[in-house]
Amino acid sequence: MVATLGAPLAIVCVYSLRSRGAYFGVEAPWTLENYARLWDPLYGAIVLRSFWIAAVSTALCVVLGFPLALFISRAGSRKNLYLALVILPFWTSFLIRTYAWMFLLRDTGLINTLLQSVGLIHAPLPMLYNSGAVILGLVYGYLPFMVLPLYATLERLDPSLLEASADLGARPFDTLWRVIVPLSAGGMRAGAILVFVPCLGTYLTSDLLGGSKTVLIGNLVQDQFTGARDWPFGAAASLALMAAAMALLFAVRRKGEDLL
Amino acid sequence: MRRFLGLYAVAAFAFLHLPLAILAVFSFNASRFTVWQGFSLNWYRALVQDRELIGSAANSLAIATVSTVAATIIGTMAAYGLWKRASPWLSGGMYLSLVTPEIVTGVSLLAFFEWSFRFLNARLGMHTVILAHVGFSLAYVVVVILARLRNFDAATEEAALDLGATPFVAFRLVTLPYLAPAVAAAALLAFTVSIDDYVITSLVAGVDSQTLPMVIYALARRGVNPMLNAVSTVIVAGLGALVLVSERLRHR
Repeated sequence: MVATLGAPLAIVCVYSLRSRGAYFGVEAPWTLENYARLWDPLYGAIVLRSFWIAAVSTALCVVLGFPLALFISRAGSRKNLYLALVILPFWTSFLIRTYAWMFLLRDTGLINTLLQSVGLIHAPLPMLYNSGAVILGLVYGYLPFMVLPLYATLERLDPSLLEASADLGARPFDTLWRVIVPLSAGGMRAGAILVFVPCLGTYLTSDLLGGSKTVLIGNLVQDQFTGARDWPFGAAASLALMAAAMALLFAVRRKGEDLL
Repeated sequence: MRRFLGLYAVAAFAFLHLPLAILAVFSFNASRFTVWQGFSLNWYRALVQDRELIGSAANSLAIATVSTVAATIIGTMAAYGLWKRASPWLSGGMYLSLVTPEIVTGVSLLAFFEWSFRFLNARLGMHTVILAHVGFSLAYVVVVILARLRNFDAATEEAALDLGATPFVAFRLVTLPYLAPAVAAAALLAFTVSIDDYVITSLVAGVDSQTLPMVIYALARRGVNPMLNAVSTVIVAGLGALVLVSERLRHR
């Protein structure tokens, strides 16, 4: 484990502090310039966009995942079936699930074809290759990560608390908003981390659904290592990404939450 | 509210499952456009005749098989070791590997391999892909096995030792049979993450080690192609069958 993960990371640390060589190598002078370049407005915009898209996707996962988790936690004997339906996508290739959305969203895709044949629209809606498509793909991909921890907390919720709330005259909505939601904050936090971290580092979704306009940190890193061949800068960007993920994890774990 | 939740759940499950279902339906379409023109197996025929796809599928299967066997053995031993004696460094490293964004794992493995090539006479290829796959699937194996070990009564193993079994015999005859379902589940998980992976593989692959996801990705980037629907359907059905079988095994 140390050999397969520690050593590579150490090398990336070293590379990130060096300069770019003449033939896409990594050469001597030690420098912090690679990190400084991350603040360049050009790259800053990419970093900001990555955080923004990850945040919106996470928020949507909370909003969409909560009612589903609540439904499953109250489903009685059919709980396991519903849980299986949520977990099933885990076993399906992420790449294929992303491709499925390309198939639906493109100009001559199913949605546009249907809408046009019904006569609702006359020109295809540009649904693919923008941030909206990326967010959709991320929510679709990571919704299960939100539903499972939420379900785990809702499942453990003491039903007598809900009865107490109802006995004291709260309407169902008040009970939901003022009892159930605050009590499931732990699961929500765990789910938010599980969704936010991979969204922040996404590469595949933004590349396939976002096209060339929606470049995120993941795409930046990949491009520096393959296309642009600027390894030191790519290493700095990937370490910054890693640091952001770690910081978030520790922020949550300090509160004594158990993530897995 | 109950009614609303039920309706909502139907919509949510549709959102999760319809895209793939539609993809599968259109893999049987006679036309290459998104208009239904009758049932046909054309795209499956095209798929079987595509050398690149078949070759890459063979690569993927070979890589997944070798890396699954290696990761399952190493991971089981690591989990057993961790259970016997907790090691904050090892478990910390494992945790780290689970939360590291794939792209970071990929580029650091690439940097590591390129660096080691200064001393070794080697290039990127099947072996680097297999090493990478063993690396990233190890953590999954350890997590699954450790979860099962937590419910294992250490006294059972101690009893075997007291009755004169060597530690190895005790492990083989007492602990391992108890772990068997978890080992099978872990192997399955390792196999699926290996056969699915695109991001890390594409970075550490050489010219001879194109995998199926890499070919699919290249085709998808060029646009929608009905043959891709057919490949996807085959993969989804294959993985689905695998999961069903393993669930059967686990609950027997």
